Amino acid sequence: MNQPLLVTATQKAGPRLTLAIGAVVVLLLVALPLLSLLPADHALQVSAYTLTLIGKILCYAIVALALDLVWGYAGLLSLGHGLFFALGGYAMGMYLMRQAAGDGLPGFMTFLSWSELPWYWAGTQHFAWALCLVVLAPGLLALVFGWFAFRSRIKGVYFSIMTQALTFAGMLLFFRNETGFGGNNGFTSFRTILGFDIAAQGTRAVLFLLTVGLLLASLYLCRCLTRSKFGRLLTAVRDAENRLMFCGYDPRGFKLLVWVLSAVLCGLAGALYVPQVGIINPSEMSPTNSIEAAVWVALGGRGTLIGPLLGAGLVNGMKSWFTVAFPEFWLFFLGALFILVTLYLPKGVVGLLKKRSQP
Amino acid sequence: MLRLLLTLLLLMPLATQASEGEFFLTAKPAEQAQLLESWAAQPDSARLPLLENLRQGRIAAEDTRKVRLNNRLRGLIDNALASHQLLSHNSAIRLAAAQQLQKSAQPAQMAFLDRRFALEVDPAVHAALGLALANLQLGASEPAVRLAAVRLLGETGDPLARTRLEALLQPNAETDPGVRTAAETSLAQVQRKLLAGELLGQAFSGLSLGSILLLAALGLAITFGLLGVINMAHGEMLMLGAYSTYMVQVLLQRYAPGAIEFYPLIALPVAFAISAGVGMALERTVIRHLYGRPLETLLATWGISLILIQAIRLLFGAQNVEVSNPAWLSGGIQLLPNLVLPYNRLVIIGFALAVVLLTWLLLNRTRLGLNVRAVTQNRNMAACCGVSTGRVDMLAFGLGSGIAGLGGVALSQVGNVGPDLGQSYIIDSFLVVVLGGVGQLAGSLWAAFGLGIANKLLEPQIGAVLGKILILALIILFIQKRPQGLFALKGRVID
Repeated sequence: MNQPLLVTATQKAGPRLTLAIGAVVVLLLVALPLLSLLPADHALQVSAYTLTLIGKILCYAIVALALDLVWGYAGLLSLGHGLFFALGGYAMGMYLMRQAAGDGLPGFMTFLSWSELPWYWAGTQHFAWALCLVVLAPGLLALVFGWFAFRSRIKGVYFSIMTQALTFAGMLLFFRNETGFGGNNGFTSFRTILGFDIAAQGTRAVLFLLTVGLLLASLYLCRCLTRSKFGRLLTAVRDAENRLMFCGYDPRGFKLLVWVLSAVLCGLAGALYVPQVGIINPSEMSPTNSIEAAVWVALGGRGTLIGPLLGAGLVNGMKSWFTVAFPEFWLFFLGALFILVTLYLPKGVVGLLKKRSQP
Repeated sequence: MLRLLLTLLLLMPLATQASEGEFFLTAKPAEQAQLLESWAAQPDSARLPLLENLRQGRIAAEDTRKVRLNNRLRGLIDNALASHQLLSHNSAIRLAAAQQLQKSAQPAQMAFLDRRFALEVDPAVHAALGLALANLQLGASEPAVRLAAVRLLGETGDPLARTRLEALLQPNAETDPGVRTAAETSLAQVQRKLLAGELLGQAFSGLSLGSILLLAALGLAITFGLLGVINMAHGEMLMLGAYSTYMVQVLLQRYAPGAIEFYPLIALPVAFAISAGVGMALERTVIRHLYGRPLETLLATWGISLILIQAIRLLFGAQNVEVSNPAWLSGGIQLLPNLVLPYNRLVIIGFALAVVLLTWLLLNRTRLGLNVRAVTQNRNMAACCGVSTGRVDMLAFGLGSGIAGLGGVALSQVGNVGPDLGQSYIIDSFLVVVLGGVGQLAGSLWAAFGLGIANKLLEPQIGAVLGKILILALIILFIQKRPQGLFALKGRVID
């Protein structure tokens, strides 16, 4: 009775309204980059700052979706998705650095007085190979880690801790100058992508549209996956893995597939994030970032596909407002969010909206 | 007339001293240096007070005038003082003097050192003097003397002997082939000894790191073993302990400066009480509602840790605060020339073991421990038998947090104390728990020391970062073999 009007309205209207809202949001997202192309003095013009901010949040939303796929559906809480995100970002960053450097070495290497590129930089001047790396680097790492982890049936908090340690180790590795990825500063001051000026409005708009496209595509993919038999198996892994094994299934392959898929999605999101934000450094791999992604999913509602998107949008929107308005209190707020969501909103915002729609 | 002369003669030493001091003060730096060198070559016990005063920067005991000295003069004063102290009756002073002379003796002092070497009765001082002499004899003109000196140097494990021998092996430095070969073997000998010292030093810092990891992971092992709860705010309990130490230090400085020497001891109960109190409050208000949902607990406790960090940052500032070692914790034991065991680290290793012992006694020899073990093994059955599981949960969580608080006191004595202190230990202590097996004290003990030593032994070989990554890989591989950790509880339960 005492629910907010919006909640009651959503519950009454059901799926049709959800679809309508979704369509409006997608239309808005497509319109934003087009509006940013308007001349600067136009009333409807969207500033580059807003566009970058929303593009960033959309990339995070893809990460949230990927995390939800493994956590919400397969019950594997990863605290290391920041690593896959950053790996994708670094793969794209390598290409961008080569573009910026022309025929010479990237700036930070000349600064370290290196005379030639390390072997793993080979071929990164080609966009196609960079794209392959965006998929391969996180994918292979996830494959190797997942193969070992699932083989010995590491799950639950153990799995979370191992993934957290993994991203921590990655961060330490990338902080070193000798690793050849720019150390502390990472990659920045990009100039062109495929010959287009990276700061130009047109390029930004295209990148934004690509992000929207990737988000919709991964949403569609996840929807197909989770509605298929495969999705039901994942839910079974989450709820009673031993019983699933007694039924004759081997859950390792399913877990590995969804784990690698999730890592690759993260890598793609990272690859779109870097040219829009214009910087990638090892702090993206810090355990804090990865665990923050978990609260996006938890706030939105795990085990649903819309939830993580909603959560990523809400938390990051609040973050960009809070860190400007009350920078001291953001961490208090985030901490309280972690506690309150787990205590009072175990199904997230989506769970709240759905609560009484199907009595 | 004769009486007058005798009186004058008696007064001579005093007069000499006073006049030498005045003369020294008025001389130019170059003359002062010459003076000091000649004093060092021909010591006179009457000159000792003057040199001691000079060493402390005064011209005479009752004088408050400052003498202006440069570093070279200071070195020469040290050397001359050591030379004079060799005449002391106290063998400890003579030993220290001989060790100083090993570093600083000049060729002009050789005749004097030779005399003292022949007269010396204390074997330790005799050996030390022999080395000091050998250092000088490296420059002697007869090859036989040089040969003996080189052989003597080979028996020390002193980094200085290595540099001296290396200098001897430079082309054109030594002409005699016999001495050259002897120098080569001696150098190899010294290097072996130095290597042994280095390895022992690494093992010791590994033990030290292990003891800290142990203190960090012990409480975690208890809470995780008992409640199945991963407490991400555990690192912040360490931080609270360290900040309690800081507060105790500041309060004592202000209100009881006499007791400042023992502030770490006073900080121990304070830190335990604060961390345990915070831990119990958290358990009752938040974690209690999340039992059976480990992943959610992980997130909620992470939120708690964020709030604690930010609260400390607002209260004490984002900078590190200064926690100083009391005098009895600074310094160390010199085992080998290149191996010093600092007291603070030794005390922490002992402290960690004592805490393990106490925890073991608490868990195995008290009523509370019995209840805790009962709840760990079978919560429902324990509740049926009348164990108040809620209370046990709260006390066990308090115990785990309190142990972390004690760890924080120890940490404040060896590292920086800042708001992010806990974050840097939390992942390592989780690895200890994973490796050691849940709820097992013995497992935590072995895993902590194993990880600590492996870390420190790998560090110089392949670097700190690669070492960490390698260890992570090893842990992942290890878990393939023993999924439940080193020491697993045996059970037949499957969900």
